[in-house]
Amino acid sequence: MRGDEITLKDCFPDGLYAPTDIFGIANCKIPANALADVCQKLHFDLGFNYLADITAIDCQDRIEVVYQLTNLSSNEKIALRVDLDHETPVIDSVVSIWKGADLQEREVYDLMGVVFSGHPNLTRILLPSDWEGYPLRKDYVIPD
Amino acid sequence: MSSQIKTDLIEINMGPQHPSTHGVLRLDVTLDGEVVVDCKPDVGYLHRGVEKLAEMRSWVQFIPITDRLDYLASMLNNAAYVGAVEKLGQIEVPERAEYIRVIMMELQRVASHLVFFGTMALDLGATTPFLYAFREREDVLDLFEMVCGGRLTYNYFRPGGVSRDLPAGFYEKCKAYIKKQREKLSEYDDLFTNNQIFIARTRDVGVISAADAINYSLSGPSLRGSGVAYDVRAADPYSIYDRFDWQVVTREIGDSLSRFLVRVDEIKQSLSIVEQALEAVPEGELKCRTLPRMKLPEGQIYYHIESARGDLGVYIVSDGGEKPYRLKWRAPSFINLGALNSMVKGWKVADVVAILGSLDVVLGEVDR
Amino acid sequence: MEVKKQTVDRPLDYIERIPGGAIITTTVDRVFGWARESSLWYMLFGLACCAIEMMAAGAARFDLDRFGMIFRATPRQSDLMIVAGTVTKKMAPRVKRLYEQMSEPRYVIAMGSCANAGGPFADSYAVVKGVDTIIPVDVYVPGCPPRPEALINGIMELRKKIKEETRTEKSERVNAGR
Repeated sequence: MRGDEITLKDCFPDGLYAPTDIFGIANCKIPANALADVCQKLHFDLGFNYLADITAIDCQDRIEVVYQLTNLSSNEKIALRVDLDHETPVIDSVVSIWKGADLQEREVYDLMGVVFSGHPNLTRILLPSDWEGYPLRKDYVIPD
Repeated sequence: MSSQIKTDLIEINMGPQHPSTHGVLRLDVTLDGEVVVDCKPDVGYLHRGVEKLAEMRSWVQFIPITDRLDYLASMLNNAAYVGAVEKLGQIEVPERAEYIRVIMMELQRVASHLVFFGTMALDLGATTPFLYAFREREDVLDLFEMVCGGRLTYNYFRPGGVSRDLPAGFYEKCKAYIKKQREKLSEYDDLFTNNQIFIARTRDVGVISAADAINYSLSGPSLRGSGVAYDVRAADPYSIYDRFDWQVVTREIGDSLSRFLVRVDEIKQSLSIVEQALEAVPEGELKCRTLPRMKLPEGQIYYHIESARGDLGVYIVSDGGEKPYRLKWRAPSFINLGALNSMVKGWKVADVVAILGSLDVVLGEVDR
Repeated sequence: MEVKKQTVDRPLDYIERIPGGAIITTTVDRVFGWARESSLWYMLFGLACCAIEMMAAGAARFDLDRFGMIFRATPRQSDLMIVAGTVTKKMAPRVKRLYEQMSEPRYVIAMGSCANAGGPFADSYAVVKGVDTIIPVDVYVPGCPPRPEALINGIMELRKKIKEETRTEKSERVNAGR
């Protein structure tokens, strides 16, 4: 019944599965509105049960959020990359899929200012709650 | 009758100055009587902005900063960062350096787990095991001091090798240490691991199932304590770990005792790896010529290793310059802490200490 | 059989003993100073990497108990605060509060480069550049991290300072709010 098996390609919306290999990990760029759906499929249909890492990169013109996923039974890895608007970066939270995303998303929000909509408690985590600005942005001015 | 008595919820504050929060962790614990209803970790009291500092340091200048992240396992931090730099820059590492690195990494794991053993005992009210563990840890630190001069922060790994060769007398001293440590491990078992009070405080306390542990992205001994045999050294081999004979240690139950026993057994595995590596260190040059102003090609890399606390990842973005464009530290302690709330719910307030101790978080790494 | 004359080792250099008698004369300052320096209870309070070296100093090999030093888990019972590690902007108010919770006479050792001046993290956005910007410091111990021997040396320096300090100097210092 191999024909019925779900492949990586089926998890992505039409024609979006175009991985680039970065040191052995398939990196796939997806639009922000497809993230929740893709993650849902990867987790429940293909067994990517382990969210290794969430990070964000300030590329000056946009903010890129990167998710590192692992399938612990087959040891397969995949990275999802999402481009967001530099001024108002908003993306769906994946806490409902991986609970491990909770602290990681708060960290990204705290240091890079990415808003994860649907996160149960999106507050600053590492910096004091009255801190201004997002230190990992390239235009952040270090206070005296 | 007792079920009709209504108690008020009280919120208590543990930390940031608290003897058993292993540093400056603050826990906001809500209690119903003695029972924990909610526990919110409040971190960031040691947030030093390391990821931003990386963008202001050259590639080599950042190595000493990595020492100070997970300060109980500096060698492993060095290994993660330098490993990522080497892979991105396609820098070759000579055989001899690889063996020396494995020896250092595994000795470091032993030293780190010894601190875990001591502080876990201290958290549960036993002071003597702490003194025993620190006594043996000093021997490991002596070995490190011989090699690189530092007791805690080593700055030993370099892209393309290590900063200096093993000194004369290292092999003998290291072998003597391994022999001594093995004897002491059975002493620890008599003193602490088989102690009825310790077992009563940890057995079946703070159980997390395998599925939950994975869902919470736990890693390292905390994940393996729940029966998931995920060890980066085996799952995604780096360095030369595939050449040694060792096993991924797991325990099935997922309670505090399991996590404790995984670490104690890992000490034995690490000692065995060090022993095998000592036998096999090839002669040869270290050939480590690190340029202070080295440049890395443009690109990105996600590299991870098995640290003493779990899956330690480094994400580097290079724009081809002398400094990292962006560096992200995937800190296992930080992510492991996310599971604490689900683990302590329903337990007594005194068990919070046992469960937190069994997670073995280091705040330098949690807060970065 | 010759009975060896019983001597007290250290206080003798500044305590006068009346010949043959059980009476000694000295000043209050000296007795207080001697008592204070001989049992410095330090607060169990670590911030970062230096705290591990502080723990090592208290553990088997270096053994701070030799100097009458044991750790107390609460500031109310502590005489000495060893600021061991990086003081961040989030932690600074807590450090100050802990210092204020200690009762007089209280002393502070800044252990390591971070507590002295920010150390390798001095150019970070989140780090306080030296703990002396928030609380008064008696002794600075350099190093990153200082070895336990260095910490013990710092403690010895503090003991010297305590021993020599007169009551008026101490109360002046307290009143000046330093």
